[in-house]
Amino acid sequence: MAVATRSVQRTRRIKLQVFRIVVFALAAVFFLIPLAAMVEFSTRGINGERTLEYWTSIVQYPDMIKAIIASVQLALITSVAMLVLLVPTMVWVRLKLPQLSRIVEFVCLLPLTIPAIVLVTGLFPMYIWLGTNVSDSILTLAFAYVVLVLPYCYRAIDAGLGAIDVKTLSEAARSLGASWLTVMWRVIVPNISNAILNATLLSVALVLGEYTVANVLLYSNLQVELVHLGRANAGVSIAVAVASLMFAFVLLVGIAFVGGRRRRTQSEAVTNLGKGPVQGSAG
Amino acid sequence: MKFARLTRHLGLAVVAFVVVTACGSTSSGTATCSTAKTATSASACGGMDALVAAAKAEGKLNVIALPRDWANYGAILDGFTAKYGIAITSDNPDGSSQDEVNAVQQLGTTSRAPDVLDVGMAVALANLTLFAPYKVATWSDILDTQKESTGLWFQDYGGFMSIGYDSSKVPAITTMDDLLKSNYRGKVALNGNPKQANAALNGVMMANLASGGTLDDISKGVDFFHRLKQAGTFVPVQATTATVKNGTTPVVFDWDYLSAAHGKDVPAWKVFVPNNAILGGYYAQAINKNAPHPAAARLWEEYLYSDEGQNLWLKGLARPVRQAAMEKSGKVDKTAAAALPAVSGTPKFMSADQATAAKNYVVAHWDAAIS
Amino acid sequence: MTVAGSPAVATRVGRPLLGGRRFSLDWVGVLPFFAYVGIFLLLPTAVVGIGAFFNADGSFTLDNYAHLSRSYVFKATITTTLLSLVTALGGAFFGALLAYAIVTGNPHGMLRRLVVSASGVLAQFGGVTLAFAFIASIGSAGFVYLFAQSHGFDYYAHGIWLFELSGVALVYLYFQIPLMVLVFLPALDGIKPQWREATESLGGNTWHYWRYIAGPILFPSFIGAVLLLFANSFSAYATVNALINQGSPVLSQQIAAAISSEVGAAEPGFAKAIAIEMIVIVTVVTILYTLLQRRTARWL
Repeated sequence: MAVATRSVQRTRRIKLQVFRIVVFALAAVFFLIPLAAMVEFSTRGINGERTLEYWTSIVQYPDMIKAIIASVQLALITSVAMLVLLVPTMVWVRLKLPQLSRIVEFVCLLPLTIPAIVLVTGLFPMYIWLGTNVSDSILTLAFAYVVLVLPYCYRAIDAGLGAIDVKTLSEAARSLGASWLTVMWRVIVPNISNAILNATLLSVALVLGEYTVANVLLYSNLQVELVHLGRANAGVSIAVAVASLMFAFVLLVGIAFVGGRRRRTQSEAVTNLGKGPVQGSAG
Repeated sequence: MKFARLTRHLGLAVVAFVVVTACGSTSSGTATCSTAKTATSASACGGMDALVAAAKAEGKLNVIALPRDWANYGAILDGFTAKYGIAITSDNPDGSSQDEVNAVQQLGTTSRAPDVLDVGMAVALANLTLFAPYKVATWSDILDTQKESTGLWFQDYGGFMSIGYDSSKVPAITTMDDLLKSNYRGKVALNGNPKQANAALNGVMMANLASGGTLDDISKGVDFFHRLKQAGTFVPVQATTATVKNGTTPVVFDWDYLSAAHGKDVPAWKVFVPNNAILGGYYAQAINKNAPHPAAARLWEEYLYSDEGQNLWLKGLARPVRQAAMEKSGKVDKTAAAALPAVSGTPKFMSADQATAAKNYVVAHWDAAIS
Repeated sequence: MTVAGSPAVATRVGRPLLGGRRFSLDWVGVLPFFAYVGIFLLLPTAVVGIGAFFNADGSFTLDNYAHLSRSYVFKATITTTLLSLVTALGGAFFGALLAYAIVTGNPHGMLRRLVVSASGVLAQFGGVTLAFAFIASIGSAGFVYLFAQSHGFDYYAHGIWLFELSGVALVYLYFQIPLMVLVFLPALDGIKPQWREATESLGGNTWHYWRYIAGPILFPSFIGAVLLLFANSFSAYATVNALINQGSPVLSQQIAAAISSEVGAAEPGFAKAIAIEMIVIVTVVTILYTLLQRRTARWL
């Protein structure tokens, strides 16, 4: 039977485009309407007029800058620590210890099964010890945050690892004399860069949006300060929530942009390498 | 573990030694308070000036669960910092009284533990072992029923349970039973869950009293809310300033001073206290036994119970505990006092036993009544 | 002809001096991970589990675990499990569709980056503000409702369902769908266009392609994502608490009531027992998921 004829292919492409438009339209309606409602409310004055006073009052709040910096630092530390901890472990388990994969999967799901308000009571003894012996700084929250992002990041990276043939890639690299570090950094990681990017996005978003653990441990991160600020009045509480979402969005777009650029240069390098010998043999 | 404890003890000993020598070496003429941790009053500490000096030396105060829009706490926090130059770290603004006690217990002797607490009576009475006794300078102005005899806790401000409503969205409320009418459909909410929140439990008790019940038996109140739910007027959503301003919860059961704050967002907001059900409730102050800044903690209490502090609470439409004494001495802020919602009749207060009985009944029956 | 023991038969090929069969050094590779989770996850979990054996005053008791049979806890368990299942499956289905719509576009394009970033933000958006976003849009005073009502469609005629479990499920989808997009996209990226061409050259159509080729390959990642969404919904607290503040229909609300009750109803040991129960339930679901994985892996 021949390959599908041109018209069938065109029909398929059209159907696909229709599908994409419908899905995106529905998604836009579902996700943007509540956000629009929030923006409308945050600009609604007392007698129904439009006002920006709630938005401008955000920048007049002094402790906000400190909290934003702390949260961004925490996001950075958590993401890096998570990647360093998780990616090598997951690759290693896939290659050498497949019998452990279910255990690792379960352990990575555990932080999500315990509500944060209870998990933090279990974390208290550790944090008291940390506070008196190591440091009292808000950055120690990173220890807890790495645990909190495990479920999401594990799932994203696992999906990425499942889509490539880790065993073949690593065996090929090893047989060419690569060390394990080279295998991880220059063979596996570039192939799962999408998954790593998604895991990083999830982890940054979680840290920026985390409230319960920081609050119960009496630290003042971005969300705790937003709650403080939001108690001023209703309009401000919604304005800061929208501002926080926009801040996180801009940050994530930046990260996605950087991640995307690196991918493009790598694939360009590969195609350039590929072109070389062919041209040489043809010439 | 033992080594950590040893180093901690060693560290404390070194700090104590340094503090003692520092205190001893101050020039004559400035009194110092070197025993702030165990001082039971300002005089025991060497006088108010010594207390102020010691507090300034500590330089910091940790407070917890004090939202800025609760009874004008924002102005009180700012006023204290402006007057004494002591920075205040305000944690967990949305926390409940139990959260405050949990923080005290779990943070132990670390430097981030809360110094002072502002808790509901049930929590105060259940946690006496965590508090340090202290009598403020104006101790005698507080009624005996409103303080613990050695100073472990003392009431600070209170108000009456009320029904706040947006008069531009719903008709005026004259009796509690109005809420069963159909024009309140989907509009009535409680401030919190009575199994958890003090304000909500008192809301149910007020409904109880207005329905003919007594302080000893809250069943009529629970039944009233059950009827509200059947009539479709009660919604289980959490009432916040946003839902009030937005119009989703135009009728809210809440303390009158908290309810009055909605007037900022909703110009037509009114506060209604039923004549036959004036239920009062006071909160209480306490000092953490292991406060990391004991002198600052005690100075904070002195500030709260000074005329200035009490009047700031009055501005927040709460009734400060020294109000009667201040009216006699003429120091009360007359405009603020006049702005308080008018109540005619004798207020009732739940005793500790009555509160426990109410809590037990609610825990057992509320979920079934409201679903 | 070779004989065992003769030099032609190599018996010690590739076996290092250290790390032979008796003592494999492979386990060292996972040591950092397990050490970290041991301290910061398993230890706190153990603290919680053991803490459930103690009363508020420190005496040993089995009451906390016994109290799990209280009728309202049982009801909350069923409710929470059903809610989580519905939002997990719903979120997975719609999220997979959205992810597919993204992945069939330009992989380096602006649209993909924007949608992926937006998904990252929305996946973690929850709590009181998300609840309010829905209240302000489709709630009883929201502009969508007022618009519908003025055109004759009063969708709250039989009660305000936004403040019931059906409304909560709808609000949960708001973060479940983006989460699904983010964790499922890498799996979709692994689909090679050659598979589609191969299917067609063998005479298959779209249905055959999904049912026999792409479907089974994506299935493990799909149900892994469903498991994640389930656990995510199971332990969610702030969002449902903002919408249904009375009645504590969900297990996490029962925990909160036992931890932070300020009317004296706090039972910290009981809260810990409920948390352990939640872990047990998710463990059971994980075991079911593992069995399902094993069965479907056989077909690959």
